[in-house]
Amino acid sequence: MIETKPQELAFEELDSVIIRFSGDSGDGMQLTGTQFTNTSAVLGNDISTFPDFPAEIRAPAGTLAGVSGFQVNLANSDVFTPGDAPNVLVAMNPAALAANLADLEPGGILILNTDAFQAKNLKKAHFEGNPLEDGTLSKYNVISVPISTLNKAALADLTELSNKEVERTKNFFALGLTYFMYDRPLDTTLQWISHKFKNPVIAEANTRALKAGWNYGDTTEAFQHRYRIRPAQLPPGTYRKVTGNEALSLGLVTAARLAGKPLFLIGAAFGGAMAATASSGPGLELKMEAINLALVLELPMVIIDVQRGGPSTGLPTKTEQSDLLMAYFGRNGESPIPILAPCTPSDCFTMALEAFRLAVRSMTPVFVLSDGYLGNSSEPWKIPEASSLPRIVVKHPTEREGFQPYRREEETLARPWAIPGTPGLEHRIGGLGKAPLTGNVSYKPEDHLKMVTDRAEKVARLADAIEDQPVFGPSSGDLLVVGWGSTFGAIRTAVQQAQAAGLSVASTHIRYLNPFPHNLEGVLRSYKKILVPEMNMGQLAFLLRGRFGLDIISYPKVLGRPFTIGEIRTRIHEILAQGRKP
Amino acid sequence: MTEATLPKLTKKDFESNQEVRWCPGCGDYSILAQMQKTLPELGIPREKIVFISGIGCSSRFPYYMETYGMHSIHGRAPTVATGLKLANPELSVWVITGDGDGLSIGGNHLIHILRRNMDVNIVLFNNQIYGLTKGQYSPTSRLGHKTKSSPLGTIDQPLNPLSVALAAEATFVARSIDVETRHLSEVLLRAAQHRGTSFVEVFQNCNIFNDGAWRHLTDPEQKKQNLLRLEHGKPLVFGPDNSKGIRLNGLTPEVVELGNGVSESDLLVHDESRPDASAAYLLTRMTYPAYPVPIGVFRCLETLTYEDALTGQLKQALQERGVGDLDKLFRSADLWTVSESNGKS
Ligand code: SF4
Repeated sequence: MIETKPQELAFEELDSVIIRFSGDSGDGMQLTGTQFTNTSAVLGNDISTFPDFPAEIRAPAGTLAGVSGFQVNLANSDVFTPGDAPNVLVAMNPAALAANLADLEPGGILILNTDAFQAKNLKKAHFEGNPLEDGTLSKYNVISVPISTLNKAALADLTELSNKEVERTKNFFALGLTYFMYDRPLDTTLQWISHKFKNPVIAEANTRALKAGWNYGDTTEAFQHRYRIRPAQLPPGTYRKVTGNEALSLGLVTAARLAGKPLFLIGAAFGGAMAATASSGPGLELKMEAINLALVLELPMVIIDVQRGGPSTGLPTKTEQSDLLMAYFGRNGESPIPILAPCTPSDCFTMALEAFRLAVRSMTPVFVLSDGYLGNSSEPWKIPEASSLPRIVVKHPTEREGFQPYRREEETLARPWAIPGTPGLEHRIGGLGKAPLTGNVSYKPEDHLKMVTDRAEKVARLADAIEDQPVFGPSSGDLLVVGWGSTFGAIRTAVQQAQAAGLSVASTHIRYLNPFPHNLEGVLRSYKKILVPEMNMGQLAFLLRGRFGLDIISYPKVLGRPFTIGEIRTRIHEILAQGRKP
Repeated sequence: MTEATLPKLTKKDFESNQEVRWCPGCGDYSILAQMQKTLPELGIPREKIVFISGIGCSSRFPYYMETYGMHSIHGRAPTVATGLKLANPELSVWVITGDGDGLSIGGNHLIHILRRNMDVNIVLFNNQIYGLTKGQYSPTSRLGHKTKSSPLGTIDQPLNPLSVALAAEATFVARSIDVETRHLSEVLLRAAQHRGTSFVEVFQNCNIFNDGAWRHLTDPEQKKQNLLRLEHGKPLVFGPDNSKGIRLNGLTPEVVELGNGVSESDLLVHDESRPDASAAYLLTRMTYPAYPVPIGVFRCLETLTYEDALTGQLKQALQERGVGDLDKLFRSADLWTVSESNGKS
């Protein structure tokens, strides 16, 4: 192990730090950020991360289009977002610097790989001069490190490696250096290296690069301080880090297991399987025809939409919440569908289970709206005991007496889930209009009306099976901030800060978007003003206005990036200032 | 009562109580009747049989069968069938489609179920027209065909469904005709018995919008000249009194008169079990009027089915890794523990 000399450098205690790693798509910045996060999580910090990468797998090296970034917020107390402005920016080349510098807080730490600052790269990043020399960076605490050169020297005797292979390990040098600065142990990453790289020379190269980065920090005098962030006081339990996408997948597998069923494709729902599909962007539009078929066949399944910027192919890797109205209305005919929206990465697990529970209860497809930000960002997840999770009860009828494919249960209006293979219950289902009870093809006006209203009522009755809408803060007041999905962290933190500043403000986050919880209207009517920040042009605001006839202040954002805490806090202050007499 | 002692089912057992709504005289009636007649031969209980269709005249088929059924969306019956078969490999799954449904919007889905070799039987009713939408040209309409949507004649090269199926690696490929009732019933039986995707094209007459499209194969006089019945292991003969045959000239089939020094031993012998699909493909390219049109089984090859391959993979994974354990899955990451006392251990 590395010998550390903490006595030589003073430790400064921090409550939190926000670090952004950025470089070329090929520089391994996602990996670097993930390793830093894992190490910090294992150390006990609360964490929240946000990766930001281009859609192109390898855009031309050194260009702005190819910049890939990973931001992590670690703290000794609860954090809900990856943070607004990074305190530390690691930039592996000029393009990374150009793309991210505006976000760095004034006086922030800037770690630069000076080897990459040659004329060619500067030009690709549209720098007129060299920012290392022309004073552009005077506001920041710049730490210039010739990372490529130093790393090459550290690996000099590994002669089997090509220059390219050596160069590829330089992200571990940067990682080692940040581990030194923030007093993180190397073992989590060393273990990962030994698992990951089967080739011992490559494993050795990455190990050396990591240690060389640490040692550089330890032996040079580039740093006045090292920093420490104590563990957060999370509730007792065993934790791991999860992204929203991981949590959703775990949730789907778990739901299938809890129901004692295989997890399969949509066509399998007729056969009695737990069916789920996940998509985003135009993929959802493509599936909508099949979703509407499932809706009219009244077969349970879960449809996951990891929303991104649109329309059409749009921004494949950038986040947005602009499919809410599509999920509500984007099918032909009267076709109401339950819609859920998890609000944090670990909530994705919970809501995947919820989606299956509701789908099976009412025999209907259920939408789960995640988004790019939620899907890719991560946080600690307190691991549940599988045995403590509620079973999902699935019933398949076998009794011939009185069986009819569209005879509805009294309470839920669900039709029976009779599956092929069951003797005596042979029946046909299809996309054509049908008669109640038998499900036989029918175009009769009264049959159509009955089926349309029954399907709508069936979805509406799910409100009886979900929790009341919770409120954070006072139960009435001047302002209620209403959100849904991945904006939870930014809204919660902004509202917390506004409350601390003495403002009469509360927040509520809607996880059940269709049907809404029974008490939602009452909650909304308890405040003088309602603000709805969302990453679209005002879709939830539109729904709430239409549904409850309320006056809503919409706060749209469509920049392919999540809200910052500061943006929402500022808006809260503006709105409440307007209400006050001058 | 166990399955073994069940009385043999009859055609009536497979007739649903729904009124059949095809046009009087439509070829679909005959196909329905042959299916209902053939299914009892299989000895499969009704509840294990599922018919899945897309959209079109032919796709109303499942409503008329007293089995499980689903009338799904345009072109997607193969997709639904794939899901269903994976969820329950014990089911006998039939896909009913047409030239429009199966080869136009559903072309993509069709080729993928074929290459996967799901153990599903596909029957494509080919009437060379869109009937349900009242007579627009379809992917199999012959070049120059004047229809409502091609008033000056089509300019699209038609698809040959069997050639497409073979190119998509189909392991069972056959053809029959709505009015050839005995032949049709035999072909359906063979299709059902094949393990793997069976693809059957049935020439079907739409007497309303494309009447007589197959007259050269159904008119008693014309069919003598134009119909060639394939039989495994037999030479390709046709014509009045089997007086003509097909001989290979290099890679090109040619029509020859038997006699005058040409005997059956000179003719191409049909072998449906050849692993290489080229010979079967060559037969699918024989079209009217240059050649007699073959009906029967073009190809029948037993290979691994998709569901067997999948079941095998799952079994092996189970053997090697054991039954999945949710708690283990949840913990398959870097873990840390927070204890009551210090917040972190
Ligand atoms: S339109 Fe043609 S194919 Fe359709 S039912 Fe009538 S005759 Fe049959």
